[in-house]
Amino acid sequence: MEVFAQNIVNALQWGSFYALIALGYTLVYGVLLLINFAHGDIFMVGAYIAFFVSTGLLGMKGLGLSHIQVLALTIPLTMLLTSCVGVTLERIAYRPLRRKGAHRLYVVITALMCGLILENGNLALLGASRRTLPEMLDKVVYSIGGIAVTNVKIGVIFTALLVFVVLQYIVTRTRIGMAMRAVSWNKFALPLMGIPLDRVIVFTFMMGSGIAGLGGMLFAMSYPMLDPYMGAMVGWKAFIAAVVGGIGDIRGAFVGGFLLAFVEIMVAAFLPSTFRDLFAFSILLLIMWRRPTGIFGIAQTTKI
Amino acid sequence: MRLKIIATLVLVLVMSVGAQAAQTIKIGFPIPLTGEIPKVGEGTRYAAELMKEEINGQGGLEVGGNKYPLEFIYEDNESKPEMAVTVTLKLIERDQVIALVGPQSSRQAVPAGGVADEHKTPLISPWSTNPDTTKGRPWVFRAAFLDPFQAPVVANFATKTFNAQKAAVLFEISNDYSKGLADDFKAVWEKQHGAGSVVAFESHGPKDQDFSAQITKSIAAKPDFIFLPENYSFAAPIIRQARDLGYKGPFMGSDAWGSAELMNLCGDGCKGQYFSTHYAAAGAKGATKAFIDKYQAKYGYEPDDVAALTWDSLGIILQAIKNAGHVDADVVNMRKLVRDNMAGIKSFDGITGKMSFNADNDPIKCAVIVKISDEGKFTFAESVCP
Repeated sequence: MEVFAQNIVNALQWGSFYALIALGYTLVYGVLLLINFAHGDIFMVGAYIAFFVSTGLLGMKGLGLSHIQVLALTIPLTMLLTSCVGVTLERIAYRPLRRKGAHRLYVVITALMCGLILENGNLALLGASRRTLPEMLDKVVYSIGGIAVTNVKIGVIFTALLVFVVLQYIVTRTRIGMAMRAVSWNKFALPLMGIPLDRVIVFTFMMGSGIAGLGGMLFAMSYPMLDPYMGAMVGWKAFIAAVVGGIGDIRGAFVGGFLLAFVEIMVAAFLPSTFRDLFAFSILLLIMWRRPTGIFGIAQTTKI
Repeated sequence: MRLKIIATLVLVLVMSVGAQAAQTIKIGFPIPLTGEIPKVGEGTRYAAELMKEEINGQGGLEVGGNKYPLEFIYEDNESKPEMAVTVTLKLIERDQVIALVGPQSSRQAVPAGGVADEHKTPLISPWSTNPDTTKGRPWVFRAAFLDPFQAPVVANFATKTFNAQKAAVLFEISNDYSKGLADDFKAVWEKQHGAGSVVAFESHGPKDQDFSAQITKSIAAKPDFIFLPENYSFAAPIIRQARDLGYKGPFMGSDAWGSAELMNLCGDGCKGQYFSTHYAAAGAKGATKAFIDKYQAKYGYEPDDVAALTWDSLGIILQAIKNAGHVDADVVNMRKLVRDNMAGIKSFDGITGKMSFNADNDPIKCAVIVKISDEGKFTFAESVCP
């Protein structure tokens, strides 16, 4: 029983990362119907930005910042800088293609290439050596009834929840959220209504990348090892989570992320761990059989 | 006129290439410069460069009265088995090397060794400990001890030091080295402590970042220690995550822990833990100390076991070339000459200890148990000889 409860906590933490990344996939897909395959690598860039910001701030002794203050500053700075990366990517890679009216398939391929450029650019620029994020939060291990949790884990799970609630609010309750939903409804009629299309798209990329940056930073705090390929695998899996949840729907990304983590952790915990991915993805395949559009997805006529 | 210039250029090129091939000793290095274990590739290259500088500084390697400068070619295997095969082939066929040093990890050395053996090019893997690397391959050598020897070393030490009865093992399923050593260890441990004494035998994949399920399962089985026959890049996060999950007992590692990068990644979690390895830098004497000092002076950190083993592997190849008595201009003949003379070396006094070679081209040498001190240094704890 204790083991089961411990694994629920494990899955909640791991699922938080899937959910945070999946939210970015789903936001961009929901608005542009574009699968931004570079998203996992933006997550990686976010972790690196967090590394440089935090070491930079800790290095500036003149400021006299405590570790907690550094953490409080690193979070918004990381989110901001990572969203700049996302917006830059949109500007130089996706927008020109959109202007030329390229088919969505080509944009997806471009996204894949952008991801590889980010990975290998990082490798060329910073070398293959791994880095670790400086510890800004003194890690405390709490033991509650035989279940071990750290303060970082609790923070991660709550952040994921908070991000979901805020995002759900923005998309369903605000004007810009309405504009985002409108873009996905009809991209051509939108400018006629006086809604600035590009601005809405830039906002979407900003939010998606900002969340990825936050996720990358939390990931680097939980698993303190940065390498250029750290976002690739977790990015793909998060994409699968978004699809299983129903891509384009925020609730879907959130539920899908946790579902994938639960399946992965529980399979590893109660079946031979060798078969983890085999069983985990077979279960997801069964779900896709029943609901090809994902749990929250709505059938559409064209999808990639 | 233009034709003449081109013709001259071509002539010069051909002559220079021809002259080079006759004069230098070309050795290839299919090593992991990027990927999962980049520090291993770095240590290999640094040690090789040190050796090259020293020999080329004297005008080259003296063979039968003539001096031949060394030429080293480094290729990145990206820590992947398939890339190891590709770059090994490239070094053999395009660069026409006479011998190969590396790959280092068994995961790459096992497939690359097969390629070298097929193409009749001598290959020595400094660091690979899996028996399959050299098994039935007359062209493949190594400088490290074998996992079937390492496993009982670890088991005996853990029994003695931790007074352990129950062991948990966590390993990487797709890594020949990790899987092989885990299996060997399990067999030895269960022979010593009875069936079921390995209370958890868990694995993970090559790209995994979260190990919480496997660790939770291991902790629940209440082991006396956890054995991690893993690359340092996995050992570090696993130890950190296990501490987060409330595990307070000891860990024991294998030689793949012994990288200069381990402590950067692991932090305080690794302090006080033990692992088996090929040599301990702290407290070294003689030629070993001389090598450590030279390396430290040039690169600013203590050489890890990979660097020391690379140095010894190169020593074995160069010894074989010297023993051959002459350098044959024909690459195929030269390869054969090097291999025959490598096989002819019955014992070699290296900086990682004295080794004697058996019929399978495997060295018989001592292992060292290292304790990670509170300053993060690898200190000598015990030496175990076969």
